Amino acid sequence: MSTKPSLREGAVRIPSGCAIAGIMDRSGERHDGSDVMAAIALMHDRCNGLGGGFAAYGIYPEYADLYAFHIMYESAEARAETEAYLGQYFMAEKQERIPTEPVRSIVNPPDVWRYFVLPHPMRLNMSGLDEAEYTMRHVFRINSSIPGAFVASSGKNMGAFKGVGYPEDIGAFYRIGDYKAWLWTAHGRFPTNTPGWWGGAHPFTLLNWSIVHNGEISSYDANRRYVEQFGYECALQTDTEVVTYLFDLLVRRHGFSQEMAAHIMCAPSWDDIDRMEPGRAAFETALRCVYGSALINGPMSVILGSDEGLLALNDRLKLRALMVGEKGSMVYLASEQAAIELVCPEVESIRAIDGGVPFVVQLDEVARRKAAESPENEPGVQSPASLFTGVAPAQAKRKEA
Amino acid sequence: MLDYLLPRYKVLRDDGLCIRCGVCERSCANEVHRVDSELDRVTANHARCVNCQRCVVMCPTQALAIAKWPQVNNGSNNWTLEAMQDIAKQAQTGAVLLSSMGNPKPYPIYWDRLLLNASQVTNPSIDPLREPMETRVFLGRRPDVLRVNERERTVISKMPPQLRLDVPVMFSAMSFGSISLNAQMALAMAAEELGTYFNTGEGGFHRDLRKYGSHAIVQVASGRFGVDVGYLNAGAMVEIKIGQGAKPGIGGHLPGEKINAEVSRTRMIPEGTDAISPAPHHDIYSIEDLRQLVYSLKEATCYEKPVAVKIAAVHNVAAIASGIARAGADVIVVDGFRGGTGAAPACIRDNVGIPVELALAAVDQRLREESIRSSVSLVVAGSIRSSADVVRAIALGADAVYCASAPLIALGCHQCQDCSSGKCNWGIATQRDDLVRRLNPEIAAERVVNLVRAWNHEIQEMLGGMGLNAIDGLRGNRAMLRGVGLNEKELSILGVKYAGE
Amino acid sequence: MKRIYALERWCIDCKRCEVACRVFHSKSRDAVRAYRVEGDGPKGRIWVEGTRAASLALNCRHCADPACVQGCISGAMQKHPATGVVAVDQQRCVGCRTCASLCPFGAVRIEEVAGREVAIKCDLCGERLGEAGNPSCVAACPNRALIYVESEGGSHE
Repeated sequence: MSTKPSLREGAVRIPSGCAIAGIMDRSGERHDGSDVMAAIALMHDRCNGLGGGFAAYGIYPEYADLYAFHIMYESAEARAETEAYLGQYFMAEKQERIPTEPVRSIVNPPDVWRYFVLPHPMRLNMSGLDEAEYTMRHVFRINSSIPGAFVASSGKNMGAFKGVGYPEDIGAFYRIGDYKAWLWTAHGRFPTNTPGWWGGAHPFTLLNWSIVHNGEISSYDANRRYVEQFGYECALQTDTEVVTYLFDLLVRRHGFSQEMAAHIMCAPSWDDIDRMEPGRAAFETALRCVYGSALINGPMSVILGSDEGLLALNDRLKLRALMVGEKGSMVYLASEQAAIELVCPEVESIRAIDGGVPFVVQLDEVARRKAAESPENEPGVQSPASLFTGVAPAQAKRKEA
Repeated sequence: MLDYLLPRYKVLRDDGLCIRCGVCERSCANEVHRVDSELDRVTANHARCVNCQRCVVMCPTQALAIAKWPQVNNGSNNWTLEAMQDIAKQAQTGAVLLSSMGNPKPYPIYWDRLLLNASQVTNPSIDPLREPMETRVFLGRRPDVLRVNERERTVISKMPPQLRLDVPVMFSAMSFGSISLNAQMALAMAAEELGTYFNTGEGGFHRDLRKYGSHAIVQVASGRFGVDVGYLNAGAMVEIKIGQGAKPGIGGHLPGEKINAEVSRTRMIPEGTDAISPAPHHDIYSIEDLRQLVYSLKEATCYEKPVAVKIAAVHNVAAIASGIARAGADVIVVDGFRGGTGAAPACIRDNVGIPVELALAAVDQRLREESIRSSVSLVVAGSIRSSADVVRAIALGADAVYCASAPLIALGCHQCQDCSSGKCNWGIATQRDDLVRRLNPEIAAERVVNLVRAWNHEIQEMLGGMGLNAIDGLRGNRAMLRGVGLNEKELSILGVKYAGE
Repeated sequence: MKRIYALERWCIDCKRCEVACRVFHSKSRDAVRAYRVEGDGPKGRIWVEGTRAASLALNCRHCADPACVQGCISGAMQKHPATGVVAVDQQRCVGCRTCASLCPFGAVRIEEVAGREVAIKCDLCGERLGEAGNPSCVAACPNRALIYVESEGGSHE
């Protein structure tokens, strides 16, 4: 890896612009990564070679019940230490080096491995946590305390492939054409200064969540200080990180649907609420009162990937471009319309995502299941002690290193 | 005994402009000016001048200005003229020095060392003339999790009562007695017009103002003047006043001469008696006692009104505020040491308490560390001078601000610090009929509405510049602040970076 | 028509209205000149009666059916048919005091102007006889004790 010390995410807050794209097949049928790569490559000018990546859902059907850890190592020691750690807390069904292809523009890539694991049953039991929380905390532990190791993704039947470079080069490096997924998201980055760290590239992930984002959230510090009350540590200082934690807080802990969580983050304006009938206005007012600090201000377009499908969201004033098009069971999203038309020339009903209105696409089977569920949110465990989690790849670790 | 005290001010009269019309003479309750027709001059008794500037504003020819008394001091930085004058006054009277308004001493004003951010290139600033720019704020307790029915779009959780503010500025407590009914009425009318709230202070709620009850906060202080169940239910929120920034640790004293028939009836005390508020609430000697009072008031108001607790910013303010949140208060009010008062011992006003900026930052941070910041509201008071101060306060972590000096200045107050004399020439801090009449509430309310509307426009401009379109995104958003001229410790307490970082 | 109303409730006896009136009706329209150079010119168009405890500004009500006009022996006092403003043409006034004695409000005074006595009264600060302007007393009042508003009746009421 680079010997010259460079700024990493977490050391400073780095504004960046970006290109994002997403392709999903509602039916659950899987497609290889060539289309998403072509789409993101077309938006080359929206990136500056300082970060690119992909998230793919449905790529490991043979290990669908296992957590798939993608881990990047800067050194052999980092791998040895991490594997010893994994050995202690998890049971690995399989581990292997992720196949990569040498790409000219990609210099000094880390050593990238994947592990298909389950929590160690006895330790899980002793921890008193559920499986997801247990896994998440150990991922945070690795990221915050093992120098030179970073868990790029840790969900089930999904994975993130990311690094420093143009997204099309990163895609070639990871040979994403070899994987088949029902949902692909992609990200190309244009940071305003030069972090050269693979862990800081996007998508950002947390268990099954993955987020690609374009924008710069003006309310960042208000949102950060809100989620940090509940144990999230925004160590990367990126918008993507805080948006992910907001989704995790609202969906996993407060029990809202993804759509309602997105609605809370881009709540209707008071002018609109004042025009609503009283019952609806009371509902929206209560949401804004309780979750005012989860309101996101400033330009943003995000695509949230999960095992349910995707959710796309633009800020309330629509300050960032995000287009959608459909064809049969396929849904295409991209920062630029041309990127959609390139990979699906016969695409239908191509349009811009409305500002502040969540655009939700669920797998058909998920949609069927959700329709039958209770419309009331069931909050998870709320005891503060159980809430403390956090990702800390940078600061703590750098002090030691 | 010969009084060694020097005049504080000198009336400067431009004789070339003076037309001997006598407006100044008739405007001054301190009887400074006198038209002497034999001399064909207007003379001044400088020693009586308190620098309220009423005559300066009223003079039809701008012939007047007030200057400092031109006495040179002895050159000592230690024995300043002010220090020696205080001693002369006490040697003459043997009394506690009284003064009014906020701490005037040159302590650091942290607002002036915090600079605001604006968007450039990487995110767009937002034009408040073209886009909605939301400054509405709600105050009250919030559940940790809201339970809803997503399909019906209805709320399942019972929402605690909330106060809706269309502007993030309220008017702090000033009692009828300490200020005139016309002054209070002006604030009430302005609050209604602006969609915000005024605070009755601890002087009861005058029957003429009860029609503004939906925009009133009724205060319960240690004297409990004017408090009955009707009073508690007449406002939109109940505020327990534990302390006041200008005089932490002591109560209030309204002298008997200000207790006229109306004040007496409103405070429910006999006419002409001194109204003395004890230093503590004698039913609150500890935090669990506070909890009992909070819940007594909630019971008395059927849990339909939020209950606020106001404290002065003192050394241990963060821990105290956290205790108040746990004692059941829905809104915490922190009042800093530059906050005003109608009368306080100068030794207290000038030496007790801490700057509100540091107190606010510490309280907000502590509540967050304890994961309870989002469940209570935090209001800050104590010399908010401009829209930029409002923005800074909210960025440090406040939900809204209380201000009193600024609206009083809008009414004409010139901060002469002579409220306790009862001879306010502007008709604000007085109960004398001829002086009270000088404050026409209709004009006064318009001026306050103008001020707050102007501030709100400015807040919207600043929000837009930062790339925000709702004030929610500013609350606790300390990344929007940068410090200048601050040391490491100050930066760390304020939780802000240095400019350039 | 728009009339000046004086509200006792808000009058604070400052007499800024008197100053403003005198300045507006001086030759120079400059306060210092009006008081210090032009000397004891006419001053009786508005004046404040009372004390600080209770006071009220007095001036012409521009009555619908003005007694001063009816009583005027020279035709100097007239109510303008279009504007309703009651004003005196000082050239025609003979200083007979009939108007002053008939006015129920005492709002007309006889004062010496350029060596002869004539009736002096409020002309609503019009630039020409019978025209209403922006009354300077109203503008000078710090407490809205003088207001210049449309009266509730018709334009000539």
